[in-house]
Amino acid sequence: MPSLKDLKNRINSVKNTRKITKAMQMVAAAKLRRAQEAAEAARPYAERMEGAVANLAAAAKGSPTAPTLFTGTGRDDTHLLLVCTSERGLCGGFNSAIVRLARRKIAELQAAGKTVKIITVGKKGRDQLRRDYGALLVSHVDMTDVKRVGYGDARKVADDVLGRFAAGEFDVCWLFYSVFKSVIAQEPVGPQIIPVTAPEQSASEGPGYEYEPDEDAILADLLPRSVAVRIFTALLENAASEQGARMSAMDNATRNAGDMIDRLNMQYNRSRQAAITTELIEIIAGAEAL
Amino acid sequence: MASIKVDLVSPERMLASVDADMAQLPGMMGEFTALPGHAPFLSTLRPGIVAIHAGGKADEYFVTGGFAEVSQEAVSVLAEQAVPKGELTRAFLDERLSEAEAALAAAPEAGKAAAALLVNDYRTALQAHGA
Repeated sequence: MPSLKDLKNRINSVKNTRKITKAMQMVAAAKLRRAQEAAEAARPYAERMEGAVANLAAAAKGSPTAPTLFTGTGRDDTHLLLVCTSERGLCGGFNSAIVRLARRKIAELQAAGKTVKIITVGKKGRDQLRRDYGALLVSHVDMTDVKRVGYGDARKVADDVLGRFAAGEFDVCWLFYSVFKSVIAQEPVGPQIIPVTAPEQSASEGPGYEYEPDEDAILADLLPRSVAVRIFTALLENAASEQGARMSAMDNATRNAGDMIDRLNMQYNRSRQAAITTELIEIIAGAEAL
Repeated sequence: MASIKVDLVSPERMLASVDADMAQLPGMMGEFTALPGHAPFLSTLRPGIVAIHAGGKADEYFVTGGFAEVSQEAVSVLAEQAVPKGELTRAFLDERLSEAEAALAAAPEAGKAAAALLVNDYRTALQAHGA
């Protein structure tokens, strides 16, 4: 049976925790809004890029000189997984959900006899994957110093990945991140980004474009950019998802702390009354004995 | 008078979306102007000025590259980086120039010409900015 003093201390400590989680929730809410705005602002570019790539892909289909980024290396042996997670914890199941999806993919690829390589963006994902797949990690991108994800950051990651592709280090690349649906729902996804897959274009495409320079040159210029944009979009979605996940996790934590305080208060009052009753009985018993 | 819808977007934000009379763009194979009814056209861009003419005045932006998609009624400019000309600074251009020069030094023989072109474009832009 804890003493009254112990209980009082517990209550105070839980109250402090509640203050912290409450503050974190509010900070996350503010950051979420900014992250959402950034994701929103980047959308027009990504959409147009996708449209242009689809147009070009349709035009370059079957061309023997199309860049390998589009046609693939012709092999399917080595897969690179680019796993984007957050730098910081305390955001519920956000990182675990992404890592779980990546793990499933790794198991599936390994079962099919493929070689798997992993590049992680964000510390949390690396920490979780290192335990089981330490030997597969080929690189890590540190984003600790990045306050707001810029296109430059994504470009750097893309350049690294594209350099490895050009050097023949892998044949297929998958990108893992979390799509922001709402504050309470973030969905981890793992699309293929290399070779670039163009969305199927409807045949109602208007008159053919003229290209300057030719299709292949534009494709060669465009595809690396479209990969960078995919990564950029992923990082932005991730940033928004992370804040969303943190917000709901901290909201839960705040509520749990409140419940705990209620329970402890009840226990505290009960013990206090029990102590008073005991004291009274002692006094009365003493008085009667006289 | 017919107008042409011009969108200028960079990965981070949308800079302009206006109904314009015409747009001048620094295409890879030379400057070109898109007027309403232009033939469908796709070109990569080199560093230079994108000018959007609307209602008798021109809005100018400096882009570091990217590509433009022109159709009969719309132009989409997808710029790698874009800055309104008024906010363009010498430091920004200097930095881009030194990047381009480093790229030229590192470029393989086959890519030398393209890299040199890039350096040249930035030099021109710097001169124009200084003037």
